[in-house]
Amino acid sequence: MAQNNIDNIKDHVELFHQDEYQELFAGKKEFEGGHDPDLVAQTAEWTKTWEYREKNFAREALTVNPAKACQPLGAILAAVGFEGTLPFVHGSQGCVAYFRSHFTRHFKEPFSAVSSSMTEDAAVFGGQNNLIDGLANSYSLYQPKMIAVCTTCMAEVIGDDLQAFINNAKSAGSVPQEFPVPYAHTPSFVGSHITGYDNMIKGILTNLTKDQKAETTNGKINFIPGFETYIGNLREIKRIASLMGADYTLLADNSDYLDSPNDGEYHMYQGGTTLEDAADSINAEATVAFQAYSTTKTREYIGKEWKQPTSVARPVGIRGTDEFLIKLSALTGKPIPKELEEERGRAVDALTDSQAWLHGKRVALYGDPDLVIGLVQFLLEIGAEPVHVLVTNSNPDFETELRALLDSSPFGAGATIWGGKDLWHLRSLLFTEPVDLLIGNSYGKYLWRDTHTPLVRIGYPIFDRHHLHRYSTYGYQGAINLLNWIVNTLLDELDRNTIVPAKTDISYDLIR
Amino acid sequence: MTPPELATLETAPAEAFTTADKKELIKEVLEAYPDKAKKKREKHLNVFEEGKSDCGVKSNIKSVPGSMTTRGCAYAGSKGVVWGPIKDMIHISHGPVGCGYYSWSGRRNYYIGTTGIDSFGTMQFTSDFQERDIVFGGDKKLAKLITELDELFPLNRGVSIQSECPIGLIGDDIEAVAKKSAKEIGKTVVPVRCEGFRGVSQSLGHHIANDAVRDWVFPQYDKEKKAGNIPDGTEYDVAIIGDYNIGGDAWSSRILLEEIGLRVVAQWSGDGTLHEMINTPSVKLNLVHCYRSMNYISRHMEETYGIPWLEYNFFGPTQIAESLRTIAAKFDETIQAKAEEVIAKYEAQTQAVIAKYRPRLEGKTVALMVGGLRPRHVVPAFYDLGMRLIGTGYEFGHNDDYKRTTHYVEDGTLIYDDVSAYEFEEFIKELKPDLVASGIKEKYVFQKMALPFRQMHSWDYSGPYHGYDGFAIFARDMDLALNSPTWSLIGAPWKKAEATA
Repeated sequence: MAQNNIDNIKDHVELFHQDEYQELFAGKKEFEGGHDPDLVAQTAEWTKTWEYREKNFAREALTVNPAKACQPLGAILAAVGFEGTLPFVHGSQGCVAYFRSHFTRHFKEPFSAVSSSMTEDAAVFGGQNNLIDGLANSYSLYQPKMIAVCTTCMAEVIGDDLQAFINNAKSAGSVPQEFPVPYAHTPSFVGSHITGYDNMIKGILTNLTKDQKAETTNGKINFIPGFETYIGNLREIKRIASLMGADYTLLADNSDYLDSPNDGEYHMYQGGTTLEDAADSINAEATVAFQAYSTTKTREYIGKEWKQPTSVARPVGIRGTDEFLIKLSALTGKPIPKELEEERGRAVDALTDSQAWLHGKRVALYGDPDLVIGLVQFLLEIGAEPVHVLVTNSNPDFETELRALLDSSPFGAGATIWGGKDLWHLRSLLFTEPVDLLIGNSYGKYLWRDTHTPLVRIGYPIFDRHHLHRYSTYGYQGAINLLNWIVNTLLDELDRNTIVPAKTDISYDLIR
Repeated sequence: MTPPELATLETAPAEAFTTADKKELIKEVLEAYPDKAKKKREKHLNVFEEGKSDCGVKSNIKSVPGSMTTRGCAYAGSKGVVWGPIKDMIHISHGPVGCGYYSWSGRRNYYIGTTGIDSFGTMQFTSDFQERDIVFGGDKKLAKLITELDELFPLNRGVSIQSECPIGLIGDDIEAVAKKSAKEIGKTVVPVRCEGFRGVSQSLGHHIANDAVRDWVFPQYDKEKKAGNIPDGTEYDVAIIGDYNIGGDAWSSRILLEEIGLRVVAQWSGDGTLHEMINTPSVKLNLVHCYRSMNYISRHMEETYGIPWLEYNFFGPTQIAESLRTIAAKFDETIQAKAEEVIAKYEAQTQAVIAKYRPRLEGKTVALMVGGLRPRHVVPAFYDLGMRLIGTGYEFGHNDDYKRTTHYVEDGTLIYDDVSAYEFEEFIKELKPDLVASGIKEKYVFQKMALPFRQMHSWDYSGPYHGYDGFAIFARDMDLALNSPTWSLIGAPWKKAEATA
C-alpha cells in the first residue's frame, strides 16, 4: 500500500512517488494518446534555441504567461486604503470572486468587495437596476463609510454610465444623498491593474475633495503609494516621515486592512486614511507619489485642479532613499535626523560587506514599471548587471526613463528593455542568454524550473512563499531586505551547486 | 457579540441549538437586508428536517447584487473547472487579460507532462484584448493567434477558445474561426461560449463546457467509430467523470478502481487528454464523482451511446466501501469479489487512521460551504472521524443537489444557499463550530475569529483527499487544523486576565 505508515502520512509530495502510483502513471499512458517521449525531449530542446527565440518573438496576436492583471484589481486595492470603504465592482460577478481570491492568496488576509452581479438581462437593458439594488444592499449589510465603484469589462462594453447611475441610485434612496460614492471607469481592455489604481485614486480624491479647497495650506505632504503590495513599505514610509517630523497624509493607507492583528474578532474595515484627511489633502503643501506609472492621471489632476506641486520619489536602494529624504527635508524644512543617517551607514556597510558576491552578476527581472525601476536603481548601485528587463504593462515614457537610468551606469550598459513582452518571451531569453539570477513574482518559479535560474521573489503576486509582503523594500531598511534576499539566494545556489561529495564539494565552503 | 478576549476557542456542541433556534437565527440575520433583498434571500436559508425530500431552499437563482456572494462566473466553470485540466490542449482565455491571469494555476489540477511542450495546464494563454479589439472585433486576432500557438507549441493536441464577457457582447463569430482554424492546423478547435455574464454562477459554465464536448469532440468519436478506428474495449472499461485531480484526487481514486479490476480509459478532466475524451463513448459505465459539473455529458452519453452512469463518493472509508460495492455490483462476480478484497485490504490502514485521529476529533463540529458537490460529499468523511455537521450550503448547487444532500445530513442542519459574506459570518458567530471548511475568500475571516479553517476547494494545498490514501491525509489535516497550538495564542494574556477579574 502506498500509504503504508500512519505515523508518517504521505500527502501528494511523497504519495505519488510510491511504486503503486508510478505503475498507475505508466499504465495510464496507454490511454492518453501522448507523444513519443523522444519527440517531447527533442521539442523541449528546440524551445531552448535561438531559432525558437526568433519565432517566439515574431508572434503578434498570442500572449503567453503575461505579467499583468486588469484594471479593477488595482482599483479595489486603492479603495481599501480609505477608512470604512467597500469596493463595489459594477458588472458580472465572477471578476470580484477572482480579485478577492487573488489578494487573499497573496496577503493571507480577508478582502471584502461586492459585485452588482450583472447577467444576460443586464447585458441587454444595462446594469442600472443592479447598481441601484447593489448599493442599497451593500450599504445596509456592510455599513461602509464610503462605497468606491469601478467597472468590469462587461459594463464598459455595454457602455454603462456610472455617474448617471449613481445619481439615480441616490435619488432612488439606495444610499443617502451625502454618502460618498466615488467611481472610476476601469475597462480591462485598457492598460493594466496599475491604470485601474490610478483611475480609482483619482476618482476617490475628486469626490472627497470637492468644495474642500481652503485659503491656506494645511502644511502637510500627501504621499501616494501606487499599486503597492509591500505592507512593510507603507509602514516604512510612515516611520521615516515620523522620524523626520513630517506631517503627512498617506493616500491611501491600506496597511492595517492588509495586515490586521488576530485578536479573535473579525472586523471587515481596518484602519485606513480617514475621509476627513483625504478630503483635506487638497490643501496640502505638495504631493509625492512613490510610483510614477500608477499615478500619472492622479498627479496630473492634482497639479491642474488642486494647483499643488507633485513629484515622484522611489525610495529604493541607497540613492533612491537619499533622494526621498532630501526631497522631504526640502518640502518640510526639517533636517534629516541622525537616526536615519545611521541607518544609511548600516545599510551601506551591509552592501559593502556583500559586494564581492554581487559584482558583475547578470540579472533578469520583470514586474510593474515602477517596481522594475526601483530594482534597477538598487542593482546598479551594488554592481550587479541587469541584462533582461521585462515589463508586460510597459509604456513609452517608462522605457525612456528606464533607458536613461541604465545608461547612467556602466553596469546598465548591457541591458535590454523588453516592453510589452511576456514570461514565455523571457523563457527564450533565459535559455539563449543565461543570467545568474531572476527577480520576479511567484510565476517566476516556472522559469526557475525550466531554466534553472535561481529566483528571488519580489513583486506581486507572491503566492508560494509566506510573509514577504510584510517586509519593506523602501528605505535603508528596505535596502537591507533586498540585499538579504538577493545575496543569500546567490549563496544558497552556490551551495546547491557544490554539494556533491567528492566531486563538487571542494567549494562547499563554510565561510563565504 | 462575543468580547474579543473571550472569543478564543469558545465553541458550541452540535446539540446547543434546536431547529427552532436556528430558524430564529435565520430570521434575525435576514433583518439586516432591505425588504426586496430580504424576500429574495429568505428562500435560500432553512433548517433541514428529517424525512423531507429536499433541504427546503431555493437554488440556482441570481445572486443578490451587493450581497457579497462567493460565486464566480460561467468562464470560471468552463475554463477553470471543466476544460482547463485537459492537459494536452491549449485553452485560450479569449478577451481581456484578467480572467486568464486570475485563474492561472489557481486550482491545483495535477497532471504529468512537460509543461510548455506536451502539456499546458499551468500556463496562461490569452488574446489580451485591447480597445481596438473591442471596437473592430477579435476574430482575426483569434485566427492568427491559433496559427502562432500551433507553431510555437507543435505538440498540442488541440485548442479550446474560452470566451470572456466581451466576446458575446461585440458579436464575434468564434465558431467560424474555430472551424477554419481546425482545418488549418489539422487539430481539434473548440469554441466555448462561456462569457461570464451567462447564467447565475459557475454552474452554467459547466453546462456550456459539457455541451461543447458534445458538439465539438464527440463527433470525432462518431467518425472514427464509423471508420472502424476505435479499438474494441473490454467489459471492464469505465471512465472517471467529474474528478479534477485536485492534489491528485483522481489518481487516489483510479488506483482503487484498477485494484477491483476495472480498466479506467479516461479521466474527466483532471490529468485528462483529448484522446481520452474522444474515446469515452466506448466505455461500459461512466463513474461520476462531481455530478453538478458533469451530469450533462453523462446523460448525453446515456441517451446517445447507451452508456449508464453511476454516482459514487470516495470521501471517507464508509462511503468508499459502499461506492466500491455499488460499482462492483454493475459488473460480474470477479469484480465483486475483488471489491471485497480491496475493502478488506485497506481495512487495517483505515482503522489505524481512525484509531489515531478519531479520539482527537470526536464530537467536534464543522460548518461547510463549498461549490456544487462537496457540501454533501465530504460529510461522511467527517462522520468517519466522529465529527458533527451543523451547517452546509452550496455556492452554485441546484435543487437536485439539495435533494441528494438529504441523504447526508442530520435533522436540524442549517442550510444556506449562495450564502453572502454577511450571513455566513453571522451564522458562524452564533453557532460557533469548531471548524469552518470553505474557500480561500472565507479562510482568513474565520481565522481572525480564532476559528480553525480548512479550504475545501484546494484542500488547503494538501491532498489528495479521495480514496483510502486520501482519507488518511484528510484526517491528518483536520487534526492539524483543529489541534494547532497557535489558536491558543490568540488574545493577549493581560486582556484575558482583565476579562476574568
